[in-house]
Amino acid sequence: MERETISVTVNGRAYERAVEPRRLLSDFLREDLRLTGTHVGCEHGVCGSCTVMMDGVTARSCLTFAVMADGADIETIEGLGTVDAMHPVQQAFWEKHGLQCGFCTPGMLMTAVELLKANPDPSVDDIRDTISGNLCRCTGYQTIVESIQHAAKLMREDGP
Amino acid sequence: MYPFTYHRPSSLDDAKARLAASEDGRLLAGGMSLLPTMRFRLASCADLVDLNGIEALAGIERGDGHVRVGAMTRHAAVAGSAEVREAIPALAALAGSIGDVQVRNRGTIGGSICFADPAADYPAGLLGLDATINTDRRAIGADDFFTGLYETALEEGEIAVSVEFAIPERAGWAKFGNQASRFAVVAVMVSQAAGGAVRLAVTGARTHVFRVTEMEQALAANFSEEALDGIPVSSEGLNEDLHADRDYRAHLIGVMARRAVRDALAR
Repeated sequence: MERETISVTVNGRAYERAVEPRRLLSDFLREDLRLTGTHVGCEHGVCGSCTVMMDGVTARSCLTFAVMADGADIETIEGLGTVDAMHPVQQAFWEKHGLQCGFCTPGMLMTAVELLKANPDPSVDDIRDTISGNLCRCTGYQTIVESIQHAAKLMREDGP
Repeated sequence: MYPFTYHRPSSLDDAKARLAASEDGRLLAGGMSLLPTMRFRLASCADLVDLNGIEALAGIERGDGHVRVGAMTRHAAVAGSAEVREAIPALAALAGSIGDVQVRNRGTIGGSICFADPAADYPAGLLGLDATINTDRRAIGADDFFTGLYETALEEGEIAVSVEFAIPERAGWAKFGNQASRFAVVAVMVSQAAGGAVRLAVTGARTHVFRVTEMEQALAANFSEEALDGIPVSSEGLNEDLHADRDYRAHLIGVMARRAVRDALAR
């Protein structure tokens, strides 16, 4: 099959690559760009671990062809923060033990960031509803909910 | 997944031409149903025509007595639209109840109705709100659009362009969703037009969406939950799966119908 050349911005950096049309955005990020922070769990749109930000809103990268992202602005977990300069959401997950094995965490964090952008003070119900598309098999979600509440507090204190 | 050639037209005419030129072409909208299906190799095509580059297909417009939603309008846009929330709040509620955030960010109304999943929400919205589907060649009433399991009245190469909803006097939405997938086990849209006519549509319970005329007649005479008392719902021909057997689905139709009426009266 003919390859398509696409241009995407990922975490502020521009990339141009030739991809097969059936190449999924998740595989493109992980294998072509070697950005392995985005995880692939169920590979059919159920678990949410592959969640990335596409033009400012979350998307399942395993249900998106890389060619569909031509011209798009993508943010992945690698763009969120570093060990030395964590994003408040990362800081909060660390402080409140919002992860155990960490497999769902990249997707969970991207979803939490989107929520807190729109709603700086979400209720527990808002949080639970928003993360309904992100499965975690370790925590029972309780500490994830607490982490997102804590992140909201940190971000409100820090200002925008 | 089997390979295919990708097309990204920027106009409807270009999309039609590319679809017509292919022996085995398929349209791609949000991809929330098509991509998993292709991944499972339950669907494949030689040419995939992506509609995401056609800006004219997305958008919400309120006209005189109706709301028109472009086929490529995302669920999140309908759920958050000030026009929809004001004119038909039950439709905004339906859109906001689909799947999860990520699905609502990408999934489209046109994709949902053309895929015609038996448990999809929008088909009940279209049938319960007496919507009209505008395609590249004609207008199809919702009563004629949904014809079977994953089947619609669309012809070969026909493209849904927009959905037009008449603004009702009142409308209500109630959904018993699967806890994991949020697909409807049973969901009901009920509406009453200014002239008094009632429509009540059920999704999730059969091969495709359907109306319950006995309930519609009772509600037209008296739009209240009590009007539904004693109306039997037969379980014959209803879907049965690990989430609900057909007797339970029949029971849920009664319960969701009442909740939809309650929702309509509360809005």
